Amino acid sequence: MTETIVSLRRVAKSYLRGKQSIDVLQDLNLEITKGDFVALMGPSGSGKTTLLNLIGGLDTPTSGEITVAGQRLDQLGSGALARWRSTHVGFVFQFYNLMPMLTAQRNVELPLLLTHLSAAQRKAHAVAALTLVGVADRAKHKPSELSGGQAQRVAIARALVADPTLLVCDEPTGDLDRKSADDVLHLLQMLNREHGKSIVMVTHDPKAAEFASHQLHMDKGSLLAAGSLAA
Amino acid sequence: MMKYFPLVWATLWRKKTRTIFTLLSVVVAFLLFGVLETVDYAFSHPSAGATGADKLVTTNKYSITLPLPFADRQQIRSVPGVEEVTWLTWFGGYYQESKNFVFALPIDTDTYFNLHKDEFIVSDSEMQAFRNTRTGGLVNVALMKKFGWKVGDKVPLHSTIWTQKDGSLDWAFDVVGTFDAKDPTQASQQASSLLFHYELFDEGRSFGKGNVGWYEERVADPSQAAVVANRIDALFTNSSDETKTQPAKDFAMAFIKQLGDIGFVLRAILGAVFFTLLFLTGNTMMQSVRERVPELAVLKTLGFGDAAVLGLVIAESMLLCVTAALFGLALSFAALPIVKMGLQGVDLSPKAVLPGIGVAVLLAFIVGLPPGLRAMRLTIVDALADRH
Repeated sequence: MTETIVSLRRVAKSYLRGKQSIDVLQDLNLEITKGDFVALMGPSGSGKTTLLNLIGGLDTPTSGEITVAGQRLDQLGSGALARWRSTHVGFVFQFYNLMPMLTAQRNVELPLLLTHLSAAQRKAHAVAALTLVGVADRAKHKPSELSGGQAQRVAIARALVADPTLLVCDEPTGDLDRKSADDVLHLLQMLNREHGKSIVMVTHDPKAAEFASHQLHMDKGSLLAAGSLAA
Repeated sequence: MMKYFPLVWATLWRKKTRTIFTLLSVVVAFLLFGVLETVDYAFSHPSAGATGADKLVTTNKYSITLPLPFADRQQIRSVPGVEEVTWLTWFGGYYQESKNFVFALPIDTDTYFNLHKDEFIVSDSEMQAFRNTRTGGLVNVALMKKFGWKVGDKVPLHSTIWTQKDGSLDWAFDVVGTFDAKDPTQASQQASSLLFHYELFDEGRSFGKGNVGWYEERVADPSQAAVVANRIDALFTNSSDETKTQPAKDFAMAFIKQLGDIGFVLRAILGAVFFTLLFLTGNTMMQSVRERVPELAVLKTLGFGDAAVLGLVIAESMLLCVTAALFGLALSFAALPIVKMGLQGVDLSPKAVLPGIGVAVLLAFIVGLPPGLRAMRLTIVDALADRH
């Protein structure tokens, strides 16, 4: 029997821009199986990133239920949501979002500051994560000294280091050349297949989407295909 | 908490030049704070009493600007425990221009040098020349050098108070010799001094004859100084010229206090400095946080809660202010000997360290709180989308 890692039921999200309310997601239902690698595609403004933010616990829905890794996110306050994010989800952004003044290793250690690990343990975990993504030799370098592909690998190491259940990637190859993009996508695929990480990835790039095991298409705040990906 | 130190430290040095200039501003402010607070403390906490003082000063009880009768000297000299007494009056002189202040002091040669024995270096021949010359002046070597005077010169001094019988405020002295301080720490105090005969002064002045500005006494046993001081004041209780006898260093402070409310002036200066510093460091912190909104949003994304982000910004502010304050206070401690040279008679000790650290913590909190609250209230989604 397969286990569901992400479940959305009748989820809606609207934003207030000035006095105007903008409906970004409407009545959205979705289930993602644990261990799946899902590519979320669609035109700009279709609601992909909003959906990703809701799944990652960065935002809360206007209505509906969101359950991720067995936790009802729509019922958590901001503090509890922050604690949940620190242990259950890793984030990868288009522009890496590394701390420019910290070395790669210190960047990877950041999520571990919220744990009770000692300095030596944090370092060991960070080095292991950097080794896994293939940039251990760049551990002492700052982001400005890394190529785009290397920086994104460091960002992936940071997302992985606390061993989260779910990786949430927002256009992870959007700022990379084709070769670097393929390397990063192979890395994500390896993490999914060999380490069992569930991945939800927003992308505009059809070639990137081919690395995923499932593709979802969105338009105007709704999923175009059937919302259930459970096998 | 220490595990966050590398993050806070790295963040502080994100813009090195700005951080260095801000640190320097805080260092200078606390250097000033350390020095001025110490001076203020010295003025607001005179010595606990006369006990231990070997020299006392007797002034009019109500103001050091009011004179005392010359006749009092005999009664003071007869007080048990008083070894020597001399009398002095403030001359208020300058040479050529008012900016050229000269600490001209009319003295009774015998009693003055007996009371201040071992404090001056003056040759026997020059001392003799001084005794033999009615219009003679003994001048500090530094003052001689400053104005290019030579022994044998006739030096005119203008008094801001004392007119001569002919109505002139100008007095002339023959430089017959020089003197220097035996104790190098006293050198700056005596650097503007010119000593001349009290007889010349008292006979020459057109008013105030028979009065003196204050008396100085040397006590035989410093441990009995408080008792002696009380005995002197008791002599003149209920007279028309009641006295106040105090240790010489307290008198020195009282003399400086004549210039105005020293404490108020010092606090006003510090107030202006810290008001400016508040805006300077506050602006630096605000700008620093504004520039790294996406980074703060990433920290929140990774699981740092609102309170943790607020704590990181305030910790950064603390690190900046307290580190710089400690440097500044240490420098002020190192500067105390220099300050002491300019404020003879004032007992200075580094009293500003604890209040200084307190002020630094308060400053850090005030300047760190607004940007910290801003960081705390950041919405991750808006910050990442550059809509903050």
